[in-house]
Amino acid sequence: MPRTLALMAVFGLALAAAPLRLATTTSVNDSGLLDAILPGFTRETGVEVQVIAVGTGQALAIAGRGDADAVLVHAPDLEARFLRAGKGKGHACLAYNNFVIAGPAADPAGVAAAESALDAMRRIYRAGATFVSRGDNSGTYHRERALWKACGLEPRGRAWYLESGSGMGATLALAAEKQAYTLTDLGTYLFMRDKVDLADLFNRPEPLLLNQYGYMVVNPERLPGVNYKAAYRLRAYLLRDDVQRAIGAYMKARFGQSLFNPLFGRCKVEVVP
Amino acid sequence: MTAGWPEIWEITGRSLRVAGAATLLAALAGLPLGVWLGARPRPGGLAAQVILYAGMGLPPVVVGLVLYLLFSRSGPLGWLGLLFTPTAMVLAEAVLALPMIAGFTLAAVQARAAGVRRLVRGLGGTERQVLATLLWESRRPIVAALAAGFGAAVSEVGAATIVGGDIRHHTRVLTTAVVLETRKGDLERALALGAVLLGVTLLVTAFLVVWGERR
Repeated sequence: MPRTLALMAVFGLALAAAPLRLATTTSVNDSGLLDAILPGFTRETGVEVQVIAVGTGQALAIAGRGDADAVLVHAPDLEARFLRAGKGKGHACLAYNNFVIAGPAADPAGVAAAESALDAMRRIYRAGATFVSRGDNSGTYHRERALWKACGLEPRGRAWYLESGSGMGATLALAAEKQAYTLTDLGTYLFMRDKVDLADLFNRPEPLLLNQYGYMVVNPERLPGVNYKAAYRLRAYLLRDDVQRAIGAYMKARFGQSLFNPLFGRCKVEVVP
Repeated sequence: MTAGWPEIWEITGRSLRVAGAATLLAALAGLPLGVWLGARPRPGGLAAQVILYAGMGLPPVVVGLVLYLLFSRSGPLGWLGLLFTPTAMVLAEAVLALPMIAGFTLAAVQARAAGVRRLVRGLGGTERQVLATLLWESRRPIVAALAAGFGAAVSEVGAATIVGGDIRHHTRVLTTAVVLETRKGDLERALALGAVLLGVTLLVTAFLVVWGERR
């Protein structure tokens, strides 16, 4: 009975405060991270968080129309552009991991022997090995494009270059079916590792493969009606030491490494408007 | 497959409520429209028939996108605060179910209109009684129309994702949950959700058919 009452009290609080809409990327949601850390926020503040998990590009588009109150995404360039456009404020770096080049264990392009991420991409290009691109506007897709650009190569239009147009999990499954290479965030890869027949051929923390997750509050002056007070409260909560440590500890026991390394607000790559 | 995962029932309940409300809404508009258009030739009736039949092929994602732009805070109806709510999903699915229900009703009524009118008028009935009799005599195909409308609503995923957002405990329905679990690579759960979706459709259709056959 006391438990029921407590639940009702929490539920009542949740109903009392306006919900907070967080548009985010599939990697933080599908890994279960948000389900692990957001209930604590709701317990403390009574604010229910409604998570809309899409790609980074779509998350920023949704927030840019005032349809979300905050974003948690992973594409520093796009985040800077969002801030420049005056749509976001209060940027904070929450966590990072790295991107991984995954591919068939047979590794026909010799990616495992590559000296750097760019060398790995060049090897795939030279070998004409099948590569599956997200082909959407996601943070991972943006990074992949940046890598090709840094190599001075344009794979689009090549017969071996496929665009999946779907999320990271589905893209990994597709790459496994085709025994193709793909760029993935570490978190999704670790989660899918047992389900897809792909090896992490290039998994080294080099700057070009840094995957940084940033939080922004939607600017109420530019987009009136957004719940910026709750968005700022969530920002403070996510940056708190104990919550940051919880982010770092998430699934660490299961995978033997952190899925998301806490940044305590200190960006590895500066996001300047 | 569903043991130890109570959330599947919450999701199923929401699917039923959203698709049921959408079917009801579409029926409230679609049944009178279909009967009215089918009972006798109307001005512009042929054009309306073409639009309804073509509407059965309305792409859900396009319907979702248009409603998204309407309901967005930056859109004309943004002040309603409907985006990413079950209500927005009901409206989107009602738009998709309406042509099915109105179209099939129209076709059924049209086929019976001449005979029923001759009979009812011959017995001294009014035009209003003609329409009521047409509705009654068309009840079996109308059940098919309702089943098609419900099926379109409950199985739809494109519009539900765009205007609903697949928010856990809020707008997640069976179809959007299938997409989520597939994306996560949990194909067993995705398949379990798919099985429940088929079961729900089967049960609701059985209920409608039995209801149409009674008396």
